[in-house]
Amino acid sequence: MFGRKSASYPYLVFMTIFIVVPLAVVAYFAFTDGAGNFTIDNVSKAADYSSIIIRSLLLAFIATVLCLLLGYPFAYIMSKKTSNARRTMQMLIMLPMWMSFLLRTYAWMTILENNGLINKFLGLFGISPLQMINTQGAVVLGMVYDYLPFMILPLYSVLMKIDPSIIQAAQDLGGHPLQVFSKVILPLSVPGILSGITMVFVPAVSTFIISRMLGGGSSMLIGDLIELQFLGNAYNPNLGAALSFVLMVIILFCMSIMNQFDTDSDGEKGELWV
Amino acid sequence: MEDKTIVSLKNIVVEFDGERVLKNINLDIHDHEFVTLLGPSGCGKTTTLRIIGGFVAPESGDVFFDGKRINDLPPYKREVNTVFQKYALFPHLNVFENIAFGLKLKKLPDNEIKQRVMDMLDLVSMRGYERRNVNLLSGGQQQRVAIARALINQPKVLLLDEPLGALDLKLRKDMQIELKKIQKNTNITFIYVTHDQEEALTMSDTVVVMRAGEILQVGTPVDIYNEPKNAFVADFIGASNIIDGIMDRDCYVEFAGREFECVDTGFAHRERVDVVLRPEDIKISSPEAGQIAGVVESVIFKGVHYEIMVAACGYHWKIHTTLEEEIGREVGLSVIPDDIHIMHRMEESEYVR
Repeated sequence: MFGRKSASYPYLVFMTIFIVVPLAVVAYFAFTDGAGNFTIDNVSKAADYSSIIIRSLLLAFIATVLCLLLGYPFAYIMSKKTSNARRTMQMLIMLPMWMSFLLRTYAWMTILENNGLINKFLGLFGISPLQMINTQGAVVLGMVYDYLPFMILPLYSVLMKIDPSIIQAAQDLGGHPLQVFSKVILPLSVPGILSGITMVFVPAVSTFIISRMLGGGSSMLIGDLIELQFLGNAYNPNLGAALSFVLMVIILFCMSIMNQFDTDSDGEKGELWV
Repeated sequence: MEDKTIVSLKNIVVEFDGERVLKNINLDIHDHEFVTLLGPSGCGKTTTLRIIGGFVAPESGDVFFDGKRINDLPPYKREVNTVFQKYALFPHLNVFENIAFGLKLKKLPDNEIKQRVMDMLDLVSMRGYERRNVNLLSGGQQQRVAIARALINQPKVLLLDEPLGALDLKLRKDMQIELKKIQKNTNITFIYVTHDQEEALTMSDTVVVMRAGEILQVGTPVDIYNEPKNAFVADFIGASNIIDGIMDRDCYVEFAGREFECVDTGFAHRERVDVVLRPEDIKISSPEAGQIAGVVESVIFKGVHYEIMVAACGYHWKIHTTLEEEIGREVGLSVIPDDIHIMHRMEESEYVR
């Protein structure tokens, strides 16, 4: 008889080859110089780029907050609709994702350019062109546009799972709509909020296409910097690996802080009860 | 005081997707009573409850609470509380926080909340569980928390939507007695929805029998059982034999091929009627001694009694008796005039739910 354990071997092999080994390679490059000798120079050099790292974190943070503010009401409304309307809304969210990420970002370029769609339209009314492309705002816009579905879908699935009778119970016990939301719906949707934040923040903080195409040279992010070390003229895989390593540690740190807010359903939830 | 009407439904009509769920419901519920809405699933009893709770708005008709029209009052402003079918406890809160929910919304001082929650925990025998996670409680315990959570707000009326449906038989019986006790002690009006006629008879002061969006009969459990208004009520309230008959004249009815003496009067001459005989009212005797003769078809042991099916005069008669019978034996059946219940025929359309 095969035990349950043996059924997991293929996954163990898969995870070893595609997760553990690559991580080990990144760590190896991060802590060696070109000749293969151990060094922490690469990692300490990463500190020189702290302004880029901070900018990456800041823009990703802003984009995540905007995604949450836009995505929560959308997911909430969607969860209250009839199943037909829900399907349509779901389709509308998914549809852009079927197109190439690159193409969508290019589309924003043509919209935001100095002689792009918006400025041409404004020109009709004699308004002088606005500088929209190559700003940090454009980068945040691109991040929100590209990652919003990753916020909406986990929120939607967690909101759908809330039993309507629980909401009715809250109304029945004297909760007006705002109280029902803050005391019942919001606390029960925390797991969705956390996974939405993770799904948006992590790719946003390490993106490089969006910042390159919509931010121009003005706002280089850590993703661009890492890419330069591998594919650009600054070729230095050891520094690139070190930067990746630092980014990973920062993300893990952020995630662990965030998980403090998530407690299992059998844990104490006092801090969410105001 | 006893006769004061607390909830009054007037000409209530409810439609879901064009289908009439409630057809012109009129019902007065008296203060301090234990009222049960009884009927098969889909009869509109839960919808009636939700009208009172404010979760369903009637198409037409009025809902009065304590003399005031409350049609447009949202649930959170109504002086009623509900115990939901599947308890609907807040999974993110513990037992204490669940029970305290309503009082916290009213922003009562903490020490008063604590005192009242503790009193409630005593009332439902759950003291010591206040820090427990509600998701890890048994069905019976969740039930108690749900009742405490509703009662702590001291509603004038407590609505209970099949609250014991998910419990096993033994626990259900215990909870029936306990609920009745709580209702007596708190003196709150209970409106209780169930499809279990035994539950309704055990607990209620008044039973409201419903079917297909209409109220068929309102009365005390004894009235409903002994004087059912029609064959449906008779059948639903307890297994019954329902036989086609013809009312020959006052106190004489024809069924099963012969004439029986009975006690009912006031029917039209030769009116076609439903004759209802309770299984426990039919006596088995020797073939000669009975009013009709038949053959025993099956015998099922039910605990307190045997359920015996006898084929006679083209009908299958259900009989409850404490004495065992032999399958295939010829027996006589008899029934005294007092136990023959004559009812007006229901319209043919009334048979289909």
